[in-house]
Amino acid sequence: MSLTNDYIKQRLVEKFGEELTSFEEPFGLLSFTAPAALNLKVMQFLYDEEELQFRFLTDLTAVHYPNQVGAELAVVYHLYNFREKVRLRLKIFVPVAAPKVFTATKLFESANWMERESYDFYGVEFVGHPNLKRILNVDEMTYFPMRKEFPLEDQTRVDKDDEMFGR
Amino acid sequence: MLEQPHISLPQGSIEKQTTTLNLGPTHPATHGVFQNILEMDGERLVNAESTVGYIHRAFEKIAERRPYYQITPLTDRLNYCSAPINNMGWHLTVEKLLGVQTPKRVDYLRVIIMELARITDHLICNGVVGVDTGAFTGFLYLMQFRELAYEIYEEVCGSRLTTNIGRIGGFERNFTPAAFQKIEKFLAGFPKALKEFETLMTRNRIFVERTTGVGPISAERAMNYGFTGPNLRAAGVDYDVRVAHPYSSYEDFEFSIPVGSTGDCYDRYLVRNAEMWQSLSIIRQAMDKLKSLPDDVYHADVPAYYLPEKQDVYTKMEALIYHFKIIMGESDILPGELYNAVEGANGELGFYLISDGGRSPYRLHFRRPCFIYYQAYPELVKGAMLSDAIICLSSLNLIAGELDA
Amino acid sequence: MARPVQFNEKVKMVEVPKGYSGEGFFATTFDKAIGAARKNSIWPLPFATSCCGIEFMATAASHYDLARFGAERMAFTPRQCDLLMVMGTIAKKMGPVLRQVYLQMAEPRWVIAVGACACSGGVFDTYSVLQGIDQVIPVDVYVPGCPPRPEAILDGFMRIQELVGQESLRRRHSDRYKDLMNSYGIQ
Repeated sequence: MSLTNDYIKQRLVEKFGEELTSFEEPFGLLSFTAPAALNLKVMQFLYDEEELQFRFLTDLTAVHYPNQVGAELAVVYHLYNFREKVRLRLKIFVPVAAPKVFTATKLFESANWMERESYDFYGVEFVGHPNLKRILNVDEMTYFPMRKEFPLEDQTRVDKDDEMFGR
Repeated sequence: MLEQPHISLPQGSIEKQTTTLNLGPTHPATHGVFQNILEMDGERLVNAESTVGYIHRAFEKIAERRPYYQITPLTDRLNYCSAPINNMGWHLTVEKLLGVQTPKRVDYLRVIIMELARITDHLICNGVVGVDTGAFTGFLYLMQFRELAYEIYEEVCGSRLTTNIGRIGGFERNFTPAAFQKIEKFLAGFPKALKEFETLMTRNRIFVERTTGVGPISAERAMNYGFTGPNLRAAGVDYDVRVAHPYSSYEDFEFSIPVGSTGDCYDRYLVRNAEMWQSLSIIRQAMDKLKSLPDDVYHADVPAYYLPEKQDVYTKMEALIYHFKIIMGESDILPGELYNAVEGANGELGFYLISDGGRSPYRLHFRRPCFIYYQAYPELVKGAMLSDAIICLSSLNLIAGELDA
Repeated sequence: MARPVQFNEKVKMVEVPKGYSGEGFFATTFDKAIGAARKNSIWPLPFATSCCGIEFMATAASHYDLARFGAERMAFTPRQCDLLMVMGTIAKKMGPVLRQVYLQMAEPRWVIAVGACACSGGVFDTYSVLQGIDQVIPVDVYVPGCPPRPEAILDGFMRIQELVGQESLRRRHSDRYKDLMNSYGIQ
């Protein structure tokens, strides 16, 4: 029996009930939201179940929605099932004042650097991460550059004239 | 910013009496800029700690500033050894978002270019593994064919390395007969060169002894570490995005996926070699299939997203309006969220795109295969000797642009 | 069946500097002799960070051979090289490393900035990219392009050769050079 989005949704709702919200299927990929405290439980369930077997973390990233007060930072996990070739997207929203999310490194080793990258760019703090420090930017950087309030260019540069460059 | 860079000693290295060796960001053997601080017990490695980010160019932030068609040159510079694959991957993502269907001829031409890029990337990787074991000749023989591939790219798009090939909806101009002649020349000449390279390396006793058993990884650990691409296939898992989620008419082609068993450097070399033969066969199949299609179709008929012909822009009103809307970024992009992946030369190159209907993406994230599998390096080289660690590093095919983005 | 042996008859030889020659001796000035020797045996250090590094590999390969200009030995250590070829984007994290490598080079040393990113930051006008390596080290020749064609890299290399051949032997001790180094904070 091949794994359909409806079946996955049915199993998830059976197990977690009202906690999981906003089930959508943009472009055929099942996507849903879970509360921040449940992210590991949901991923463990998806990992362990014989029929679901989402044992590969394709991608872990973060997004900043400054307009959603109280849920500004989203951590997005893309999971994958090799046998049935099905993808899944899980979203966790946390407020920017207390951006704490449980780390997925015990379950997936590949989450290690991806969580460091999300911390580096957005400031999402992963509780329990073995080595949460900046990975791509310089260690001395004091702000989280990918957040929407910060500009792209280095404001201290002198040789480029913003007017001529059309900023 | 300008004071001396420092290395901190790894935890407990003084008590354990290990030596710290800095395989620094500038090193002839690290092809790209990443730093490894190796903790060594004599000649054997105990631990390796990697630092990346020495070429972080903030692609994801730049992408939030640029309209969709201006992001293509940015994607070139991710995996710059096989830039066309990144370009095509981006175009396929945007086409999926917009619901654009490309004609078969465009798909087949894209397949030819992508497989050519895959061959050139694998030949650099295998050549460089040879150079690191001391065999410089093989690399020089293969670079001649990379020059021929550069000539093909020049015929199609004008540029050698950072190609910016194609547009959303197809190609910017039709392939000239000269391009097809050069592709035929490549197909005629490359098999001989690849055979020569194989006779130099594959059964070469020194090479085999230097690479077998070096940096092995089991399939379960590889999947846990997020490996994809030739490194995962060398470990025994036959996952290939071209077969699992076919794009650009790959389902019309017949090819096999070479799979290794132990995941060590020799298996990775063999898998890449075999993939080059498979790519040659795919290009040949595509050239045959192209003969039966009308040869003046090179883009999809979507005037809303693909620039109309210049003579139409000067004479017809609708073409002028479309031209204006596309260039000024006023085209109707629907809001949406999607994840699309292609089989890059190093693995699954994914694009996670969130669009809010504006001229640039709200968020664009590149799922870069190198970044994800490089985390496994300490586990791969535990207990190996220093020279093995270098070979392992080069056989993983780490491209710094893709690592840092 | 072996291929027939071929010799390249059209090898361009380096020109002998002007001087007085006779039976068993040749007299010229130090400048010219040392200049000619240095410029035809420059050992470069390829500081290749990104895409321009791959074009450098193509320049050093057999099609656009860099070795025929005398750059046969790519010295990967700054202690033994004459020319620092910076190819590719230099991020702010890499800036101190580049400066350290430049400081480790022995005089006389030259720097060539290959590619738009090394010349001025290129297309990456961002918070993490150094807008040109001349913010941290003095540069002799800039080769623009993204990436520059191998012919352009060779042209830049030939201009370096001209600079090397015409350089005065006292230049590195002159006040003007010392002022240049001081403006970069290098003793």
